[in-house]
Amino acid sequence: MFRYANPAVFMRLSGALLPWISGAAAILLAMGLWMGFRVPPDYQQGMTVTIMFVHVPAAIVAEVAYGAIAVASLFSLVWRHPLADTAARAAAPLGAVFTALGLVTGSLWGRPMWGAYWVWDARLTSFLLLLFLYLGYMALWNAIEDETRAARAAAILALVGAVNLPIIKFSVDWWNTLHQGESIVSGQIARVFMWPLAFMAFGYMALFAALWMVRIRTEIVNRRARSLIQRAG
Amino acid sequence: MITSLIAQKLTCVRGERRIFADLDFRVSAGEALVVEGANGAGKTSLLRLIAGFLTPVSGSLVLDTDKGAIADGEERGRHIGWLGHHDAVKPQLDVGEQLEFFARLYGAGGDVKPVLERVGIARQRELPCRYLSAGQKKRLGLARLLMSGRGLWLLDEPFAALDTAGRALAADLMRTHCASGGMVIAATHDPLGLEARSLRLEAA
Amino acid sequence: MSGPFISLVMRDLKLASRSGGSAALALAFFALVATLVPLGVGANLNLLARIAGGVLWVGAVLAALLSLDRLYQGDFDDGSLDLIALSPLSLEQVALAKLLAHWFSTGLPLTLLSPLLALLFGLPGPGTWALFVSLLIGTPAVSAVGAIGASLTLSLKRGGLILPLIILPLLAPAVIFGAGAVTAALDHLSNGALGLLSAFAAAAVLLSPFAAAACVRLNLAG
Repeated sequence: MFRYANPAVFMRLSGALLPWISGAAAILLAMGLWMGFRVPPDYQQGMTVTIMFVHVPAAIVAEVAYGAIAVASLFSLVWRHPLADTAARAAAPLGAVFTALGLVTGSLWGRPMWGAYWVWDARLTSFLLLLFLYLGYMALWNAIEDETRAARAAAILALVGAVNLPIIKFSVDWWNTLHQGESIVSGQIARVFMWPLAFMAFGYMALFAALWMVRIRTEIVNRRARSLIQRAG
Repeated sequence: MITSLIAQKLTCVRGERRIFADLDFRVSAGEALVVEGANGAGKTSLLRLIAGFLTPVSGSLVLDTDKGAIADGEERGRHIGWLGHHDAVKPQLDVGEQLEFFARLYGAGGDVKPVLERVGIARQRELPCRYLSAGQKKRLGLARLLMSGRGLWLLDEPFAALDTAGRALAADLMRTHCASGGMVIAATHDPLGLEARSLRLEAA
Repeated sequence: MSGPFISLVMRDLKLASRSGGSAALALAFFALVATLVPLGVGANLNLLARIAGGVLWVGAVLAALLSLDRLYQGDFDDGSLDLIALSPLSLEQVALAKLLAHWFSTGLPLTLLSPLLALLFGLPGPGTWALFVSLLIGTPAVSAVGAIGASLTLSLKRGGLILPLIILPLLAPAVIFGAGAVTAALDHLSNGALGLLSAFAAAAVLLSPFAAAACVRLNLAG
């Protein structure tokens, strides 16, 4: 496990994997989109159901990314590994963008469904809160100048957030039933929709993994460049 | 009772900057150690490291007591009397309240009056601390040291802001503390005014 | 161990109540929010009664937020935190003492003021009672989560701006359950809001000292 956490080993390994993961992301997303546009219209939602194929995977990746940050933070706090900090920091903007994407596609879906861009749907509301969690996490990272301390503080915040996130989701669901809100997906998803959805979900995941790797690699290279400049100067 | 503090190959890194490396020193009960060095050489970092606020990246720091050796930073902190370069004085509290709170916080019994008399601010006992001068606040800090009953005193610039009489008082308190088996480590640019070994930190 | 613990709680309370302490300011802020909302939404008492639970809960959270800097920042800036850290108390005990003092000087007074503000909103008796009880149970959670945020942002010069961004999303459950209890009382329903709020508050109060102590440790190294 720790062998792969060594930056040099990580660079080599991720360098070999990156083309494959990027390729997989491109193929999966292309397949998913192609299949997505060929599904028959839903008897309730018509063709707007296709928005689901870009919305649901974004929402999944948004949560997975927060989970990744939390796991990396745990590694950073317990085993004090600098690569874990880099990984956690690199995942945050990606998670935030996927969350924002989930929110935007969700509200685009909501317009034909509910006649409004925003309704206080349980899922949209928790994603809005998740977006704020991401923003707070990124703001804390940027605000503390000393990098080791920033990493430690951000890791604590990420773990507190990870403990709280299920509670937030639960409370928002509870609140939503209290106020009789609406929900996007009701009932079973028809079989024809399953396949494109699965392709898109794996495609999004691969895309996230590839971008995450690129960001970590960039940070490692940046750090090397910095120390070279310092030594030269 | 503490008997000695032994540092071996102590290395301190903050952020990406190495403050000092492979530092060795030893202080025994009854001794004073002056930490010298230019600004930024790491005097305050060393004191904060001994207090347990900072953890060394490598090396060992062991405080020997009659009840056994202590290597843990927070446990070591229970033997430390601290005089930092911030005054740690609340403007809203009066002098007496401030010292009484500190005594209770440290579980140290005893009357604050003789201690305030010793450091020469007994008349200000009822005075809110916002009216104290910088030197008087420093004297209150010295009173806290006396009140703490701790064996190892860590002093960051103990003479700053003190007048001549105040400096003599501080030196006298340190001398008495050492004479009664205590230990003093002080970071200062001024002569300590008592017999002390010195440790010079070179900027890395 | 109880002597040092109580002395720390008592000192923080004393500091909060003296001039420059923010206990009274938080109350004034809370009252002001409650005054401005009717000015914004109109004086329809039926409408005001409906939104009272939510508005007063949000107001209480924001008011408590204002006084969070008192928790650690002052002691950190003037070096008192160094001395407190070297006391016989563990940093976890210190965090718990400070949490208690913050609640006694902020959460409790806000709770006690709430029935009066509920009157301004025309909240009926059961709703007022639910608001009072929910604040009594929920404000410790606000102090607990706030303490984590305050200790995280200790070394920041712009900490006051980041603090709300960090802790407000974490406090969403408290607002939801707290205001939900008031709604339930208005509609003569029982929805278990107070139970959920109690669970959230208990978890927050139990976990907060550990997280806050870890953050304080981090900042003492600075």
